[in-house]
Amino acid sequence: MNRAFNDRESQKILDIIKNFARKNSLFILAYGTGCGAIEIPPTITSRYDAERFGIRGAATPRQADVLLITGYLSVKTLKRVIRAYEQMQDPKYVMGFGSCTINGGMYWDSYNTIKQLDKYIPVDVYINGCMPRPEAVIAGFVKLQQLIQQGKALGWKHYKENLEWYRQNQQKVIKNWRMPDYNW
Amino acid sequence: MNIWNLLLSAIVTTLLGFIIGVTYMGIRRKIVALAQNRYGPPIYQNFLDILKFWSKESNIYHGVMHHLAPLWMIAMAITILLIVPTQYGSKFFENLSFNGDLILILYLMPFGQLGMALGVGQTGNPNSAIGVTRGLSLLVGSEIPFIMALIAVMIQYHTTSVTDLVRIQQEHHTWIMFSSPFAFLAALCVLPAMFHAGPYEVIIAPAELASGPMSEFGGKYLGTMMSAGSIFMFAKLTLFVDVFMGGSTNWLWLIVKTFTVYLFVIAVGIIMPRLRTEQAIRRLWGWPLVFAILAFIQVALF
Repeated sequence: MNRAFNDRESQKILDIIKNFARKNSLFILAYGTGCGAIEIPPTITSRYDAERFGIRGAATPRQADVLLITGYLSVKTLKRVIRAYEQMQDPKYVMGFGSCTINGGMYWDSYNTIKQLDKYIPVDVYINGCMPRPEAVIAGFVKLQQLIQQGKALGWKHYKENLEWYRQNQQKVIKNWRMPDYNW
Repeated sequence: MNIWNLLLSAIVTTLLGFIIGVTYMGIRRKIVALAQNRYGPPIYQNFLDILKFWSKESNIYHGVMHHLAPLWMIAMAITILLIVPTQYGSKFFENLSFNGDLILILYLMPFGQLGMALGVGQTGNPNSAIGVTRGLSLLVGSEIPFIMALIAVMIQYHTTSVTDLVRIQQEHHTWIMFSSPFAFLAALCVLPAMFHAGPYEVIIAPAELASGPMSEFGGKYLGTMMSAGSIFMFAKLTLFVDVFMGGSTNWLWLIVKTFTVYLFVIAVGIIMPRLRTEQAIRRLWGWPLVFAILAFIQVALF
């Protein structure tokens, strides 16, 4: 049952309808980690108006669908990001902004930032640039919408299946791993 | 009338209320976007949002009351929609309208918020608790002028039944908004506060409270709450139209009237900035209360 769901070969009509709703209603949780946070306001306000695509800001992780990691992640922030990501409801998607989330970018030899985001949480779409302009951000959202419609944006499922691997990586960098008990 | 007919009419009324309410919400987003010089989402956007929330695969829940709060809200919204007479003179859309009067409706209206307060208490989120206290303060602020206005109308026409009020207006070809203008003004002034829209959106203030009472609700719970909000909004608009603007005899006329009232709410919301809680209550207990007292004086004198 779980395998058939969202599977590309056996996409049922119900899945098509569900994915259509999912792709056209993306509530974003903009985790303003780095300099990329400054690109979010022009993207969602009058100039570039991301609400055309149904993209809308969500206030809390519980209501959000897309987690935006906008820029470099320090180890201290990573802990909060993991917690915010795990509080989101499935299906959930992650977008990495800029080169900092891909290979460390200009922080590649920094002592307290992570270099590759998808070792710690699954990333569905990366947006290139330092920083990506709002056009690039919207292009990334359109790409994410395509992936959702095709049923390929399955990072959340990958995270659940490979939780141990992710936990290992997370605990390797976060030395004081003391997460509170919560159910997700 | 047999039970199947009653059930069918209840389901049809609820579905129509849901569709109209959600479409109004979409139109509101579009109008707000146009006012901000944006293109804005399509009108059916809120249907997609609700459908998306309903197709979420995990739904976190913190306890029984948290689980019941959205159900409580939607049950209350549907009950009020069935009690408020939507179509005057229609046998099919009669629903429960002859069994409930204005006092019952006024009694039921805070139920959703109270259920919400109980559910929110179980999540333990401090933002939600602040949102609920603000919501209940605003409830006290808006209910008093609104109830005073409705009591003035009840005294003037010697009836507490909404259906009777609609019948009186239909038979005399007049609207209560013209025959008792002060009550209408009082109710109109507190209308945005009853929708938590416009300057009175301090309850859900996303930037400061993380959407207040809803902040721990996600997935199907939030979808249910959005549906309940839409249905409740349409029920309140219908009540306002029934009491002050003569009700209606067909759905098209009802949509025209309710949308006109809703347009007023949207316009006020676009123009006015958000008020703090104490400012909002001072404003609600200012002119609306004066208008309500004038309505009483009008009833006593004429």
